[in-house]
Amino acid sequence: MELGGVIEYGLFFLSFVGIYALLSLGLNLQWGLTGQFNIGIAGFFAVGAYTSAIVTTAPSPHHLGGFGAPLAVGLVLAMVLAGLVAVLVGLLTVRLRTDYLAIATIGIAEIIRLVLKNEEWLTNGVRGIPGIPRPFAETPGAGTLGQSDGVFLLVVVALILIVYLALEAARRSPWGRVLRAIRENEDGVRAAGKDIERFRLEAFVVGSMIMGLGGALFAHFVGFISPEAFTPEFATFLVWVMLIAGGSGNNKGAVLGALIIWLVWTGTEFLTSMAPPEYVTQAGALRLLMIGILVQVILLVRPDGLLPEETAERK
Amino acid sequence: MTDLLQLLVFGIVFGSILTLGAIGVSLIFGILRFAHFAHGDMMTVGAYFALIFVAQIGWPIYLALPAAMIGAALLAILIDQSVYRRLRRTAPVILLISSFGMALLLRAAVQLIWGTDNQVYQPGINVPYVVFDIRIKPDHLVIVGASVILVFAFHLFLKMTRMGKAMRAMSDNVDLARVSGIDSERVVIWTWVIGGALAAAAGVLLALDTRLNPQLGWNVLLPVFAATIVGGIGRVYGAIAGGMFIGIATELSTAVILPAYKPAVAFTLMVLVLILRPRGLVRGMN
Repeated sequence: MELGGVIEYGLFFLSFVGIYALLSLGLNLQWGLTGQFNIGIAGFFAVGAYTSAIVTTAPSPHHLGGFGAPLAVGLVLAMVLAGLVAVLVGLLTVRLRTDYLAIATIGIAEIIRLVLKNEEWLTNGVRGIPGIPRPFAETPGAGTLGQSDGVFLLVVVALILIVYLALEAARRSPWGRVLRAIRENEDGVRAAGKDIERFRLEAFVVGSMIMGLGGALFAHFVGFISPEAFTPEFATFLVWVMLIAGGSGNNKGAVLGALIIWLVWTGTEFLTSMAPPEYVTQAGALRLLMIGILVQVILLVRPDGLLPEETAERK
Repeated sequence: MTDLLQLLVFGIVFGSILTLGAIGVSLIFGILRFAHFAHGDMMTVGAYFALIFVAQIGWPIYLALPAAMIGAALLAILIDQSVYRRLRRTAPVILLISSFGMALLLRAAVQLIWGTDNQVYQPGINVPYVVFDIRIKPDHLVIVGASVILVFAFHLFLKMTRMGKAMRAMSDNVDLARVSGIDSERVVIWTWVIGGALAAAAGVLLALDTRLNPQLGWNVLLPVFAATIVGGIGRVYGAIAGGMFIGIATELSTAVILPAYKPAVAFTLMVLVLILRPRGLVRGMN
């Protein structure tokens, strides 16, 4: 019984790590490789989550849909919609400098959150969307297996593997080399005749689609989403900490960072649960404070992260 | 018509608050070359500093305001010296990440110390004056008055003092300022003093207009950035025009769209300016 509980918790824990690993991989393509500062991760995450939720839930009078479509359709549409939003944002911002892009992305994320909160016909507002199905929950003969965290984890791991291998291939390809070159020396790449704006836009859109996929998986894992789940604290900031801690520019680092920071983050929950009961309401703030301090320490002490970008091929 | 004039009053009040925040963001950008994402939460901290003096010591708000400004200036120096200063040698974008983390850190600290409930400086109803059917609260006059005085004082500082001159020089051209013998570290410290103090003032005035809560400053960070960019980032006089423009435009917009989308209006204007006039609407300091 005891062991069963531990395994169950482990599966639950790793599922979250997997979802965050996807976000972190998406950010690594944008920031780690191309040097695009996206702090609107929460926006693309939310678009993915809501799209898949609306597409796959049973029909409901409280929000658009649901259309009861299979999960795979939900995941694909989540990526498509997150990608479309990214195209819009990208076309507007692709020429802007880093600071402006940062401000623009955080603005988009906040507007998406406002829309999710206020457009009740679309999203049921703050009351959220319940009853989002798990993978294989509807498969005949699957029984209770469809509800198990183990099956979910297998789906997530499979998707991470696909995304990881694709990103690694992209990183080594001429396309990935151009992205890194843009990050290092924009003028040089322009002089070499490359269409910088197009490469940037491609990286931004693909990265955002991966974030949308992460959002969709999040929705199917927790089963209920509301605008509260997509605050900058949890959906954007933690991902940044993960990528920086793991090593930006390195896809392995992105995944490792997700694992370690999620471990730290759940560890802080454990720590604060030992605090005296009168501080229970403050526990969330205390956890954020600890993570906030952690990121400053990482930036000061080990800015390249645990697994720095492999630079051998350049030097 | 009366409705629009009423919204215009709200806009001027909101604009006065935004201006104080935008001057700091613009100044910090001009001298340190990064967008300071913790500025909104610096405003929040300043507002809560004033609450200490009002609630614990019983000072009136016009004494608590300068006290909070001093407190926030000291905090800004502390943050700069303990964290930002060490990151300054690396790329400015690292400072951006760090300040984003600092924003969360400050907000978490506020929640931890003061809790998450809404609070006010002075309970009770602020009975409005009614002039030609337009309602103006006494607090509104305090907000606009304080903002005008602070902006004017800042203008005198920039124009009349050696430090003000050094700041303008560094904002124009860092390297040139350095070789001409300006002590850049001292200028940086003064940048944080002014940025932090004005942020605190903006926070106190915003809390006076609405309520104190840990999200207070974060919620207006976007309009503050919009004001900075509309005014031309790095140009402090532009920030005044930008603050008023964004403040009035967002309030007037509520005549036609849901008030919940106010931040979206500021953002849309900002994006339009970025696309059409990337160097800002008005010519300013540089």
